[in-house]
Amino acid sequence: MSRSKFLTLMLVTSLVMALVGALSASPAQAQEPVKVTITARAVVGGVNNNLAVWLTTFAIPTFEEMMAAQGTPVDVEFVEFGGGDEQLKEQYALDLSVGSGYDIMAFDGFWVPEFVGAGLLKPLAEVVGPEVNDWEGWGHISEGIQAILSYQGQRYGIPSGTDVRQIFYRKDLFEQAGIALPWQPTSWAELLDTARTLKEAGIEIPLQINAGTAMGEATTMQGYFMVLLGAGHHLYDFDDGKWIVKSPGILDTLNFYKTVYVDEGLGDARMQLLQDGRNRSFVAFRDGQVGMLVEGDWFWRSVIAPGSETAVENRNEVVGWAMMPAKEPGAGYRGQDFVTISGGTGWLINPNTPHPKEAWAFLSYMSSRDQVRAFELIQPRISFRDDVEVAGDAVMTAMANALLQYSTVRPMLPEYPLISTEIQLMTERVVSGEMSPEDAMDAFAEAVTEIAGADNVKTLE
Amino acid sequence: MGPGRVAWPPSLLERNVERKHAIFPARVGIIFLTPTILFVVVFLLYPFVRVFLLSFTNQTLLGTTAPNPEFVGLANYQRLFDPDRWMRLGEFGSALEITVQFVVGSALIGQAGLGMLIAWAFYRKRGVLREAVFTLVILAWIIPETVVAFTWVAFLDWEFGTLNSVLDTIGLGRPDWLFDRPLHSIILFNSWRGTAFSMLLFSGALETIPPSYVETAEVVGANAWQKFRDIFFPLLRGHILTDLILITLWTFNVFTPFLLTGGGPAKRTELVSIYTYRTAFMGRHEFGKGSAIAVVMMLINLTLALIYLASIRRRRVT
Repeated sequence: MSRSKFLTLMLVTSLVMALVGALSASPAQAQEPVKVTITARAVVGGVNNNLAVWLTTFAIPTFEEMMAAQGTPVDVEFVEFGGGDEQLKEQYALDLSVGSGYDIMAFDGFWVPEFVGAGLLKPLAEVVGPEVNDWEGWGHISEGIQAILSYQGQRYGIPSGTDVRQIFYRKDLFEQAGIALPWQPTSWAELLDTARTLKEAGIEIPLQINAGTAMGEATTMQGYFMVLLGAGHHLYDFDDGKWIVKSPGILDTLNFYKTVYVDEGLGDARMQLLQDGRNRSFVAFRDGQVGMLVEGDWFWRSVIAPGSETAVENRNEVVGWAMMPAKEPGAGYRGQDFVTISGGTGWLINPNTPHPKEAWAFLSYMSSRDQVRAFELIQPRISFRDDVEVAGDAVMTAMANALLQYSTVRPMLPEYPLISTEIQLMTERVVSGEMSPEDAMDAFAEAVTEIAGADNVKTLE
Repeated sequence: MGPGRVAWPPSLLERNVERKHAIFPARVGIIFLTPTILFVVVFLLYPFVRVFLLSFTNQTLLGTTAPNPEFVGLANYQRLFDPDRWMRLGEFGSALEITVQFVVGSALIGQAGLGMLIAWAFYRKRGVLREAVFTLVILAWIIPETVVAFTWVAFLDWEFGTLNSVLDTIGLGRPDWLFDRPLHSIILFNSWRGTAFSMLLFSGALETIPPSYVETAEVVGANAWQKFRDIFFPLLRGHILTDLILITLWTFNVFTPFLLTGGGPAKRTELVSIYTYRTAFMGRHEFGKGSAIAVVMMLINLTLALIYLASIRRRRVT
């Protein structure tokens, strides 16, 4: 055997051995579970307890079992986030900007355009692959709900639900004040009169409606929009694509706040201005100090639901709900008598994930009909899937049936979060007494014009 | 030259004398300095230059200006000093004003005043009381910020706070400290928090005063105020100046009140440091504008530092 032949033989032998080694090693490597992380503002025994419980005791264990049985084990870790929504957003922004973060992230829909604009997110089909479009679930999620986590015609994640907003009231306090039940105001005047009656009856905080920067988006959605839509128009004109920065409706809205918090003390401005004001409003409602609170249905199904730290005892007997009236019947947005607005949340896959396929496997699994139904049993809510009913909560069903027809949404634009902050500041200036409604509106108009550009704003006379 | 100052032998003041005894030539010294210089360049000089350059752009972390920042010239600075808006709550001028009040209240009056008072009260005294007071004051200084902030929130809270529980029990009602007197609350907090430095500095400085001065004054019948005015104050003037400039510098940049009030209610306790944080690390994360604030802050700090260095030099010379 020549030297070169010997070397060739050695080379071939070693290659074959390496190949055999690799083949025999690969099943062994597959035994090693792939690790996928998922995070949300949810803590077992704390905020969004139901979600945390469902993930850790149901969705994750059953998924891990299924994957292990298929011979492709996946280890899913749920990372609890106990801070506020705004802080979670900060965390995401910082994580994504340095190319890290958890694999699956709970996301508020209105954050998406700003993150996409910054190049921090990628469409689902790009992160995982085109097979995501073949998922069976899309056929059961309406276009409107898919839009929650879509932007410029691309899907970024799977929605987890939508919501509506309304007035929650304490029936026990209403009875104490001699107000007839069931109660449904048809104008602002009637709403404010009810608040005055409650105040005369010695109720400390008759009406709490969100304002101020400390509450973040809760101010814009549960507070400002609920009043503004009742005053007849939206923040944004979807027809000509312009932001409405000055209008009689905005003034009406700010004057409504002024009546409630400054002139008549029908609400407690402290809660709107202090750091943890929103939680304080929940505690005060639980303790029977607040007569009426304008909140999303999340308040019903999570905040005051049994098992929560701010649970209201005998919730179904003690707490009633009413639709938010327009200023006068027919004077609301699109000529409506009642108004509400919907947001939506969902789950995104981090474009930096090392395991997009496994992350998608879990995300699509937890969004499947059986899993969503299981969650409904823990927390009945407006489902994002048309093949899953609101399970066993007549109040939740009634709210959805009554209000979805009146609902509208925020503009899905990268400028929106900044403009929303200006809204919060505008209400804060009025509620704290720093500015008159006129001055606050002028300051708002100036700031929004700066953000959106003079060509993209308009004034309504 | 003040009395009591040691006259150094002239030979020690002559630099040439030391030079002759140097072990290494000057060039070797530079090699030893290189790691430090590198460190300063990488971790101080580079970030400074970067922040300076960023301050002329509209760079953000979120939104479309994140991937495509534009050069905006002095726009960020003009926005900070926009005369129509800058004194509104939540704007730069207002933040500066609040910071000045905070510095004067908590550093100059609170920390330095209280520090001097405690040091003076225990001058030439020994015993359990002195040790107890010093230990408590120093403890307030060295406990981690988050822990301190939490205890103060627990102390001042309107509904659940210790202070109001006590006041309510003795019939004084429940003042809403963090809501109605937010600035006073954080001034009180920061005085409590940082008195230790001034106290230690002053009590150390007091030790350097020869007892014979005080004894002589006592013999001629000087009262406490006269002793302070005519003996302690002139001899401590340098230390007082050092202390005031240093704590002003530190207090100017302090961020801990954020943990008590978050800058609120309605931005009434928004110090410049909190304003910077809110601009650069919340909402859209406006790095450009945040950098402009940082540059202005840096200039203010630099001015304070120069005053400090100049005052030290002047003391050395005289």
